[in-house]
Amino acid sequence: MGLRAVRLPSGYGWLNTMDAILLQILNGLDKGGAYALIALGLTLVFGTLGVVNFAHGALFMLGAFCAVTLRTVLNISYVTISETEKDFLGNPLKIQVPYIQDWFGPDVAAFMINWSVPLSVLVAVVVMTCVGIAMERGLIKHFYKRVHADQILVTFGLAIVISEIVKHYYGANPIPQAAPEAFSGAANVGSWFGLGDNIVYPWWRLIYFMFSAAVIAAVFAFLQFTTFGMVVRAGMQDRETVGLLGINIQRRFTIVFGLAAVVAGVAGAMYTPILPPDYNIGMEFLVLSFVVVVVGGMGSLGGAVLAGFLLGILQSFASMAWVKDFLPGIDQIIIYLIAVVVLLTLPRGLMGRKGVMED
Amino acid sequence: MLKSLTRNDWLLLIGFTAVVLLSPWTLEPFGAAYPDILQKFAIFGIFAIGFNILFGLTGYLSFGHAAFIGVGSYVSVWCFKLLTMNVVPALMLSVIVAGLFALIIGYISLRRSGIYFSILTLAFAQMSYNLAYSVLTPITNGETGLQVRAIRSSPDMPLLDGDIRVIDQALGIQEVGIPFTNLFGLRMSGYEGFYFCAVILIICFFLAMCITKSNFGTMLKAIKSNQNRLNYTGIHTRPYLIAAFVISGMYAGLAGSLMAITDPIAGAERMQWTASGEVVLMTILGGAGTLIGPVLGAGMIKFAEQKVSSWNTGILNDVFSFVPDTLRPIVVDISSLFVGEGWHMTLGLMFMLIVIFLPGGLMQGINRITERMNSTKPAARASDAGSPAAAAGKE
Repeated sequence: MGLRAVRLPSGYGWLNTMDAILLQILNGLDKGGAYALIALGLTLVFGTLGVVNFAHGALFMLGAFCAVTLRTVLNISYVTISETEKDFLGNPLKIQVPYIQDWFGPDVAAFMINWSVPLSVLVAVVVMTCVGIAMERGLIKHFYKRVHADQILVTFGLAIVISEIVKHYYGANPIPQAAPEAFSGAANVGSWFGLGDNIVYPWWRLIYFMFSAAVIAAVFAFLQFTTFGMVVRAGMQDRETVGLLGINIQRRFTIVFGLAAVVAGVAGAMYTPILPPDYNIGMEFLVLSFVVVVVGGMGSLGGAVLAGFLLGILQSFASMAWVKDFLPGIDQIIIYLIAVVVLLTLPRGLMGRKGVMED
Repeated sequence: MLKSLTRNDWLLLIGFTAVVLLSPWTLEPFGAAYPDILQKFAIFGIFAIGFNILFGLTGYLSFGHAAFIGVGSYVSVWCFKLLTMNVVPALMLSVIVAGLFALIIGYISLRRSGIYFSILTLAFAQMSYNLAYSVLTPITNGETGLQVRAIRSSPDMPLLDGDIRVIDQALGIQEVGIPFTNLFGLRMSGYEGFYFCAVILIICFFLAMCITKSNFGTMLKAIKSNQNRLNYTGIHTRPYLIAAFVISGMYAGLAGSLMAITDPIAGAERMQWTASGEVVLMTILGGAGTLIGPVLGAGMIKFAEQKVSSWNTGILNDVFSFVPDTLRPIVVDISSLFVGEGWHMTLGLMFMLIVIFLPGGLMQGINRITERMNSTKPAARASDAGSPAAAAGKE
């Protein structure tokens, strides 16, 4: 149901190899963006709090359902009976009028419904901040000193609980969301670079890539250029010393957890037009994101982003037809395979730091 | 090996045997005394015992053990299809193949420890799961699941394109319709199936007990308490870990095989990582590192699953009939989150509560209670509290 990249017809000859490669890179960017955003939060939480959060995928899913909820809320309407028009049975036509149309006027209402997915990012920020802080204060806080196995297990349980609650209220079926009409078509990316008209790519996926790049840049800037970020980075290096300097590192880490939750949430909200969300979407992304974190290097922010895009692109290359003919099923397992190879050859991941979770 | 078992261990074994064999009667009052669920108790008991040999003794948390269940199931069903409906070859082959599979995965995964080990096993399990659904469909039959088919629909019909069953054919066993799994003619369903599983469960329990009490088991516990120190003393721990991994993989393969024996169908959903999570919960609920704990946990979870998932709002309305009418819809609505379709919700919540409040599992809880009662001898008990489960909580 989601937007799919247009595939090249096969047999175009070798001249189109460049096009095909470019298209696959584009195909990987949006998925890579989602992986990178989730992995960024995971590794941030891991690097600062030292907690392995298996519920992070559930946060992504909650963000996606913020978008679903916003659209549902905006569409709450009352029914009026038209006096002039008839429906096809000859009965008076029932017209559904959303309440927001009465409050804001038809133009604004239509705009809001059309743009509900981007608007839901705002909702997601508020909701996810609350969820993240509540989660850290209520549960994660008590698990700092426990072994990693316990952290994995308790957050795994929490992930099940969250997704079951969502399933109870929204049902088990995926709920498609539409991108704003302005971005619903496909962009002729090839012509921008003078490569002909073969490379067309859905607008929303491009937007998603740019959005994820912007969020990643914002997080990095926040950590790099603010005092708060400096303290957090120092805390990632050596928590005890920062504490000894009289800084309340605990409170900052709570905010970091909230930040990670927000990043995952907005990633989920914006992803809904690409992949209709269901209650299980978080689990699917979680396993992959963990692999991304491990490949990138535990606790390394740059590594998470790099590995996210890298694996997204590699996955899209692996799903090309001729690759699949050559190595059947490779598209299903490429990410895991890479994780295995990376873990065995580069134990710290691509950009892992010395001394962080080396065993 | 047998010498290391004390009198208490033998008593435990005898008690365990009695409880398992008598369960069709003792579980009657709980409404769990029918063969299907009893078989599940036994099968998941075996799975959890095996998982405990790895997780409970060495502390290595594998998130991919469901893959071995899947391998065991597939091998068994293929054995039924190609060789014979007798269960003995299927059992043996499943255990061997699952063991080999575990050897490969373990050899690679055990190069790392801690959370990396968990993620590596998870990656391998997901790989197997994805492959079973995609490329390996000729072997696994994809979403439909692998099933036993008839050789021919009636004795005088020619061979269909169904199963071969070489050994059965050679022995001249005439079958009509879809055949049943059997142990030399004894049909493996209903109570016969349960007793077959139960006997295997008891054997598995005994083996696990021997392993725990042996030098090998002591070494595994040493790995859990301090692997570095073990390395410093010049002991190479990896062979021990791989052995533990393979043994627990074989247990899982055996459990998978028994699943196929009691219900000859194998599907890839058994290999999903939530299934791996379930066995972790069983082990933790009962008490990781204890002998009885995992079986207890498996039984409780399967029992709760059976009960809770069969409840509906009608039953809830009866249960909450004492609540005033105005409040009842709210109470019923909230509690309906947890029953029926929402069984996983209860599971997840249980998971959290156990990890938060009782990291040593039910056995730790029981030990604590007995400790309170025996508070006259605190010193003797204190040394006993150094069991692996208690140590895990303190780490």
